[in-house]
Amino acid sequence: MRPLPELTPENTAFWTGGAEGKLMIAFCGDCAHAIHPSQLICPKCWSDKVESRAVPGTGTVYTYTVNHQPWMPDMPVPFALAVVDIDGAPGVRVTAEVVNADPESIAIGQKMKVSFFNIDDIWFPQWEPAQ
Amino acid sequence: MTLNAAITGVGMSDIGRKTNRPAMIHLAEAARRALECAGLTRDDIDGISTYPGKADNSPGMSPLGTGEVRNALGLKTRWHSAVPDGPSQMAPIQVAAMAVATGQARHVLCFRALTESSSQTATQRASIPGAGRARLGGWYSYLVPANAMSASNWAGWMAQRYFHEYGMTREHLGLVATGQRAFAQHNPSAVMRTPLTMDDYLGARMISSPLGLFDCDVPIDGACVVIVSAADAAKDCARAPLTIEAMGAALGSQETWDQRADLTTMGAHDSAADMWKRTDLKPADVDVLGLYDGFSIFVPFWLEAMGFCGHGEAKDFIAEGNIGPGGRFPVNTGGGQLSGGRLHGFGLLHEVCTQLWGQADGRQVEGAKIGACGMGGGFIAGSMLLRRD
Ligand SMILES: [Zn+2]
Repeated sequence: MRPLPELTPENTAFWTGGAEGKLMIAFCGDCAHAIHPSQLICPKCWSDKVESRAVPGTGTVYTYTVNHQPWMPDMPVPFALAVVDIDGAPGVRVTAEVVNADPESIAIGQKMKVSFFNIDDIWFPQWEPAQ
Repeated sequence: MTLNAAITGVGMSDIGRKTNRPAMIHLAEAARRALECAGLTRDDIDGISTYPGKADNSPGMSPLGTGEVRNALGLKTRWHSAVPDGPSQMAPIQVAAMAVATGQARHVLCFRALTESSSQTATQRASIPGAGRARLGGWYSYLVPANAMSASNWAGWMAQRYFHEYGMTREHLGLVATGQRAFAQHNPSAVMRTPLTMDDYLGARMISSPLGLFDCDVPIDGACVVIVSAADAAKDCARAPLTIEAMGAALGSQETWDQRADLTTMGAHDSAADMWKRTDLKPADVDVLGLYDGFSIFVPFWLEAMGFCGHGEAKDFIAEGNIGPGGRFPVNTGGGQLSGGRLHGFGLLHEVCTQLWGQADGRQVEGAKIGACGMGGGFIAGSMLLRRD
């Protein structure tokens, strides 16, 4: 079974926002810096006014890889992993699995949209082609 | 800006796959060979240093800490250190250099021991961080639960972006893999010595695109020891001291594998640039290179990071034959980790030292006097220049 992240004050919004269909990214309330992975203070200005808010849930493939090796006994392969530049959060990338697409069809520059799937208390972002 | 520190001895255990030999046996063998190399005895060792220290978060990745090794080898030390958060697998060498340069110790035994081959099972893969734990924290908690479990995935997406921007192809990486295998045929201690052709390389199964089986280094069981000595103490050793000319540990980006603004560069670029600021030597002065090759793609990244060619130029630099046997800048002449086995950088440094001492039978780079070593991939990196006067 897939390992799960430990929920912490800084990452809970990111890993649970999917319950409401929202991709939650942390931003600095003072300097507006987008912070990912999220932190309790802003790495740019050290403000502690860090708040998570929903971004549109779309983005552009910065890079990707197609994984062919089953790293765990029950891991279905192949699948694509996409590193996606997030719309509405400058400088932030989210790495997630690609679904609802031929893994070999993914390309750099492709527009993607997020969806979520749930295990226990975690909602994992996944990417699929936007069109 | 030479440091008052030198490498005076290196030793490697018999490296193998599924050796089922305890890590401590490998370590003791490597230590004995390193002491013989340096002309020192156990009682000359007054410091010990390792990366990362005893760790249980990835099977066989680091079975020994400094305490167990002190106990088993009967060492009495004035200084000891284990460095999980340092300039890559090179951290123990760099902190040892600082320790001897500041008089904390005279001869430091730096070690790396792995039993990843023996520890690997169907459910416990080597180098899957957090394997076997219910919940993950830290930087990899954003990657491993997303099914980006293996460094081959992380290196794979770096390679994909690099291919996209600079027109590198699998054949270029194939030249790295086959070239290092050609070197390995002259290194009896390499684990993979059968000839590897480009067809073999291209025909092997894909692991994480564009990286295939022969782009990935080989998990092994083994240990390597490097002895770092104070400059004045090094004069008493059996061989010419390999002076640490400069080292670099700078790190400019976040501790994770997907957020660096330009993923066609990595921590190597920060650490190597900082290293060159501390020396009058230039890349053209270097005779032999040991560059981290956990994955083949790291070799072109390191070549560019160290300034042996410009950014985006590594594919031509490699295709022109610069880094293989007979090349102007031979890289990983013992076969590297791709053919020699994953000793987490220590094996690469062992080979650079062997070359600088003129002991690399059958693969010796004539007159090698200056060596460059870069360890680490992704966000971790350490760089070092060695000089034999
Ligand atoms: Zn701020």
